[in-house]
Amino acid sequence: MSGSEPVASVATRFVELEGRGMRHSLLLAALALLVAFGLYAAHYMEQSGHHVTGMSNQVVWGLPHVFAVFLIIAASGALNVASMASVFGQAGYKPLARLSVLVAVSLLVGGLFVLVLDLGRPDRLVVALTHYNFNSIFAWNIVLYSGFVLVALFYLWTLMEGRLQKHSRFVGGLALFWRLMLTTGTGCIFGFLVARPLYHVAIMAPLFISLSLSFGLASFMLIFFAIQRFRGSRCETTMQERLAKLLSLLVWTAFCLMFAQYVFAYFSTTQGDVARFVLLSGDVYTVVFWFGQVGIGTLVPLMLLHRCKRRSNVSVVMVSAAMVVAGGFAQLYVLILAGQALPLRLFPDKVIVESSFFDGAVATYVPSVPELGLGIGGIAFALFCICTGVKVLRLLPDVRSGAGLA
Amino acid sequence: MTKAKHGDTRTAQTLSDVSRRGFFRRVAAVATVPLTAGTMVVALTRAGNADEAVTDASRWGLFIDTTKCATGCDACVRGCNEEHGIESSARPEIDAQWIRKVVVEDTQSKHVTSLPLMCQHCADPPCVEVCPTGASFKRADGIVLVDKHTCIGCRYCMMACPYKARSFVHESLSNQKSYSPRGKGTVEGCTLCVHRLDEGQGRQPACVEACLSGGRAAMVFGDLHDPDSDIALMMAANQTTEIRADLDLDTGVRYVGI
Repeated sequence: MSGSEPVASVATRFVELEGRGMRHSLLLAALALLVAFGLYAAHYMEQSGHHVTGMSNQVVWGLPHVFAVFLIIAASGALNVASMASVFGQAGYKPLARLSVLVAVSLLVGGLFVLVLDLGRPDRLVVALTHYNFNSIFAWNIVLYSGFVLVALFYLWTLMEGRLQKHSRFVGGLALFWRLMLTTGTGCIFGFLVARPLYHVAIMAPLFISLSLSFGLASFMLIFFAIQRFRGSRCETTMQERLAKLLSLLVWTAFCLMFAQYVFAYFSTTQGDVARFVLLSGDVYTVVFWFGQVGIGTLVPLMLLHRCKRRSNVSVVMVSAAMVVAGGFAQLYVLILAGQALPLRLFPDKVIVESSFFDGAVATYVPSVPELGLGIGGIAFALFCICTGVKVLRLLPDVRSGAGLA
Repeated sequence: MTKAKHGDTRTAQTLSDVSRRGFFRRVAAVATVPLTAGTMVVALTRAGNADEAVTDASRWGLFIDTTKCATGCDACVRGCNEEHGIESSARPEIDAQWIRKVVVEDTQSKHVTSLPLMCQHCADPPCVEVCPTGASFKRADGIVLVDKHTCIGCRYCMMACPYKARSFVHESLSNQKSYSPRGKGTVEGCTLCVHRLDEGQGRQPACVEACLSGGRAAMVFGDLHDPDSDIALMMAANQTTEIRADLDLDTGVRYVGI
């Protein structure tokens, strides 16, 4: 396809998810059950207080934040496919652009579901939406998250409404800008924390952009392939190979930034102890880093996707994408939890020999069932939105139109 | 009539003298009792009351002389906990600690220092900067507080604080003090006993009072902007240190001996 082909000249016919009413209803019911479980977990945490979780005054952000951050940055990356079609003129991605936007919005909503329900006072959501401290990067992120949903929905409208399609390139460009700001902002939530040595590094924002591209595409691919299986259809080999190749490139990019993050830090005089903690002495965090983040999330998918022959095998591609997602959770678990487990540097030239508040000691954290339930509820909510969206809107390329599908 | 008038006048004068004498006696007694008890009275000359707007004419702070702070003494911690109704739970990791004792050892000299650690009431507080709703705020007089009505419990301020000086309330509370309200699901920290300050009666923060009662006098509270205040004089006479001075936060709590 020519890179300069206007996106507006859509030849693909889009349809809702066809037939299979009972299976679809059962799937929705199962997801609703998981969402209800998440809501109950949040209610339990809110009523009992956060003492029922693994979080404490030493580790203040836990598993819910791992889920929330994953879903939020994956939302940004899920829009890769639409951006490729609208902004970069890669018309081959066009048949999947609408689904890409729906997945992006749904993942973000799922992430916010977790983030909001983990608040100490989730009932004060209206306060968060009406009181802004614009010195706070967190407040800017609230604006970025809300704005992303609006921009993405408007973008979807331009993709779906014939009269507006001529604007889809511009709106797609705006959505691309917005999602890059969103992931930069999310990275800055950590990068601006001067107190925490693992976070307060310049690489945090580009790292988050890179992770979002990789996690988001992997999540999109899993969802897309699952929908195709549900439809009794499959992705055309060319499209599948294109997606797999792109995923391979993005995983490799994320790996390079991760490499820079830890290897440069390892040899730094100020960051060396932080890198050594994660790489060598951090117990569970070291294990999760090497096996989860590096092994499952990076090296194995890269090996699987390296050969063209393997990229044409849908099972291999699905397994690779699933491993990237699992590795993504591992990576965020290490980043968010290890960053807090590390003791604060209160007295650089002294050793803390006694403290009633665990100063100088590595903090412990064991995730609890309610936290896991809330996180799973967030994922289920995102999937529920996707399942509903594809059923009621014409977002899927028609199998019969031969648009990248077979 | 004239006699009577004179008599009345004398009587009035006598009564006036008596009441004036009594007044001075009472003032002397009020001033003497704490002094004889060994308490250092700090002139909180600019302390207002709850009805007056807080201004930046004052900046309240603490001077902590760690050479007077004894290892094993936790009078300040107990004083704070009692004042604010802070209780321990079965899980120390979730306990609120507005003030804590820390013992540090110099890596080279092996000199051991004991010190209390609490919110440092920074001039540029990271917790205030990051709070999305503005619930975390700094008063004009430098005291860093949390507005319990707008705190949503996101805990971002706890992530940002370099001193781990903030606590999240993990459990339901009982026996709260009316002057120091707390709330499950919100974040809290040292208030420098702002309720005492705003009374305008010159009362010290509970930790300082407890330290004085224990005979240590390691903590001095006062107005850093008042050149005649005890704290300003102590600061001028000693080389003080900020914890994490590298972060350039201009803390309101300064230490000697670390």
